[in-house]
Amino acid sequence: MAKTLFDKVWDAHVVHSIENGPDVLFIDRHMVHEVTSPVAFLGLKQRGIRVKFPERTFATADHNTPTINQHLPVEDPLSANQLAMLEQNAREHGISYWGLGHQKNGIVHVVGPEYGITLPGATIVCGDSHTSTHGAFGAIAFGIGTSEVEMVLSTQCIMQPKPKSMRINITGSLQKGVTPKDVALYIISQLSTSGATGYFVEYAGPVFSEMSMEGRMTVCNLSIEMGARGGMIAPDQKTFDYVSGREFAPKGQDFDKAMNYWSTLYSDEQASFDKEYTFDGNQIEPMITYGTNPGMGLGISQHIPLAQSLDGGVATYKKSLGYMDFNEGDAMLGKKVDYVFIGSCTNGRIEDFRAFASIVKGRKKADHVTAWLVPGSHLVAQSIKEEGLLDIFEEAGFTLREPGCSACLAMNEDKIPAGKYAVSTSNRNFEGRQGPGARTLLASPLVAAAAAVTGHVTDPRTLL
Amino acid sequence: MAYEPFNTLKSSAVPLPIENVDTDQIIPARFLKATERTGFGDNLFRDWRYNNDNTPKADFVLNNPIYQGKILVGGKNFGSGSSREHAAWAVYDYGFRCVVSSFFADIFKNNCLNIGVLPVQVTPEFLAEIFAAIESNPQATFTVDLPAQKISIDSSGSACSFDINGYKKNNMLNGFDDIDFLISQSQQIDAFAAQSPL
Repeated sequence: MAKTLFDKVWDAHVVHSIENGPDVLFIDRHMVHEVTSPVAFLGLKQRGIRVKFPERTFATADHNTPTINQHLPVEDPLSANQLAMLEQNAREHGISYWGLGHQKNGIVHVVGPEYGITLPGATIVCGDSHTSTHGAFGAIAFGIGTSEVEMVLSTQCIMQPKPKSMRINITGSLQKGVTPKDVALYIISQLSTSGATGYFVEYAGPVFSEMSMEGRMTVCNLSIEMGARGGMIAPDQKTFDYVSGREFAPKGQDFDKAMNYWSTLYSDEQASFDKEYTFDGNQIEPMITYGTNPGMGLGISQHIPLAQSLDGGVATYKKSLGYMDFNEGDAMLGKKVDYVFIGSCTNGRIEDFRAFASIVKGRKKADHVTAWLVPGSHLVAQSIKEEGLLDIFEEAGFTLREPGCSACLAMNEDKIPAGKYAVSTSNRNFEGRQGPGARTLLASPLVAAAAAVTGHVTDPRTLL
Repeated sequence: MAYEPFNTLKSSAVPLPIENVDTDQIIPARFLKATERTGFGDNLFRDWRYNNDNTPKADFVLNNPIYQGKILVGGKNFGSGSSREHAAWAVYDYGFRCVVSSFFADIFKNNCLNIGVLPVQVTPEFLAEIFAAIESNPQATFTVDLPAQKISIDSSGSACSFDINGYKKNNMLNGFDDIDFLISQSQQIDAFAAQSPL
């Protein structure tokens, strides 16, 4: 019977199917961070059991870490305690641990692929909804809650009903200045934040075949923002080349054997999907959001929709615009920007910083803009320096911070002040997400760079 | 985590007729620094519930003593965003045992089921009926009958059925959690792991 890419990977991991219930799904690799794991480890302790497969478990600190002065003790006592707990739990259970200051430290969804933890055809989970990122490699990867973290630590399995299948095709090609982030924000604006709830998405078509691995990670990362548990892209030569030689990837004959299997991971021609969408890539503009969920996005040259044009939900819509202090019908171009944040598991990789540099090179940061440039990992930071991007940034008046999730969720000190507008390359523009009262405009690294140098929302195509 | 079994719940309800309530609203990230699962109820809906100076916002429903009960009723797409189970813990810790909406985000729904909060998905029409019933009488009671998979408005008798998979239903009725079940599957899991390379 014809199978989808998702079916192939899922079916290969079912340990047991429960009638009228979920499947018991085996998890190949489990990534752990400091915020969603302490209660899970506590649960193990209370049950008197240990991590079943420490060699399949990887811990890094990212959500709650400072992005300056990482060599100094963490000032906030609660954060320091949470970080210490992760270290202690990792040591007690023999899990590899890349804590603050470790050369492999970084955002969990950035370091996973960098070190070959992320592999095609694997099942990968983490107590973080953006685990969908790893689907870029043709893995089934999704975020889980802490009870499920405890399940995976204790049994390496999770209980999940098989989700429905959706395929999103993007035809044609992308215009200059249009990035993978724009593709994702465009899809979410078309489907809404709940349009793919209950589904696992496969992205297909020439735009994704042409896209770099990093771009694919950005797109898959944002799958959760349309409600999907995850998104994936069939692995190809680009995927195999990326994985080859990385520390935790198979080596030599094992790699060849794995690649033979990975090459079978694609949706069969006759495979059917529960839902399918097709969009024209040529129609996508650089995108920006104007409201308080990622579905409230539009092409940067467009105007904020009128409430009367919506299909219901007017009170919620008005509450959202009220929070942003925007009016129906406003143009987005020209809106004043106070902060710019480039980073996060969505856009904190080297290509994102190259894109940012392509616009700020030879220009100056606008005086009234505060910009936070936060690499996704030490490896990214190192590349920024080696490729000469740091010189470009410093020349233009920017400084580089140390790796972490930072202002994406503002758990640490990196908070956008109340009432201020931030153009952010992260993934969520929810009320207060980047700090109480903060107003977020989600966009690509190019749009962020254009805002950083002009001080207002600017079409990056005019600066390329 | 083992939790109190859920069978039938009769209670008044707290209305929150807002759509796309995300888990950052339910519990903002800055309150996720705890290393235990208790105490999150104090910060449930923190930024909607309190001003910057920590005084309660008079117009927020949790600060209005007219509205009480163990059932929280939200607009569609409730619980979107972050996978933080802290959101479900906050709902539970505050005293809710059941959340009703016309649509739930996936991870939040799973998290609720795993800690003993029953997510009840009703039709948009029935959700509107519930909001109307609370509006005309804030003390209106509702009965959530898990064995029958039915929620009813006690005053009118109007009812709506809801879905839950048989395995999870049995867990909720008995207060079982998945780990006990998974540990009982150890042999099968070991055999599977042995033929599954890292």
